[in-house]
Amino acid sequence: MFAIARDPIGPHVLDEIARAGDGGIVAFVGVVRDRSDDGRPVDGLSYEAFEPMALQAFEDIARDARERFGDVRVGIVHRTGSLRVGDVAVVVAASAPHRAAAFAACAYAIDEVKRRAPIWKKEAYADGSARWRENTPA
Amino acid sequence: MRIRVLTFARLRELVCSPERLLELPAGASVEDAWSALARAFPALDAERGCTRAACNGRLVAFDQRLADGDELALLPPVGGG
Repeated sequence: MFAIARDPIGPHVLDEIARAGDGGIVAFVGVVRDRSDDGRPVDGLSYEAFEPMALQAFEDIARDARERFGDVRVGIVHRTGSLRVGDVAVVVAASAPHRAAAFAACAYAIDEVKRRAPIWKKEAYADGSARWRENTPA
Repeated sequence: MRIRVLTFARLRELVCSPERLLELPAGASVEDAWSALARAFPALDAERGCTRAACNGRLVAFDQRLADGDELALLPPVGGG
């Protein structure tokens, strides 16, 4: 499944990407951290997405993961809107007959989401200020 | 011709609206659309180098010609995940 979620992301995401007969699912669950990369205490985040292009990017990433790692299925769900520390921001899951491909595909997919998906993050700080934060190239 | 310009994140804040209609001469490029917007919102000038453009959902170069009714999305550096 590929989705931009305006509401909290629940555990059903894993059920949706699981495939009967697969040997394993590897999931990355990205959670709002209490500190910025430069150490500032974070109060919360807001994400915005260009939804049609973000969904297309998710599909492209899943297809590219299959080309690289073989028989894997990738699902990606990303939140938008206002999130608090501890809220789930993104779930990337990879399902495959064997764990090596599932681990590799999951790591690849979250890296590519951060690199390619038209999604933006604004950090809000305890002092009331806020900044748009961009991902640094891996 | 008329195109619809979508902006996001920092760019959206700089142009004070997520969506604007631009009236441009026939044959205008993405760069022309950007320049028209930057004339109205000079703070955009500093963002040009890190902005990417998508026309009707596909990434395009700034020299891409636009057509009447196109949707031009201006994308600042991404920060998802």
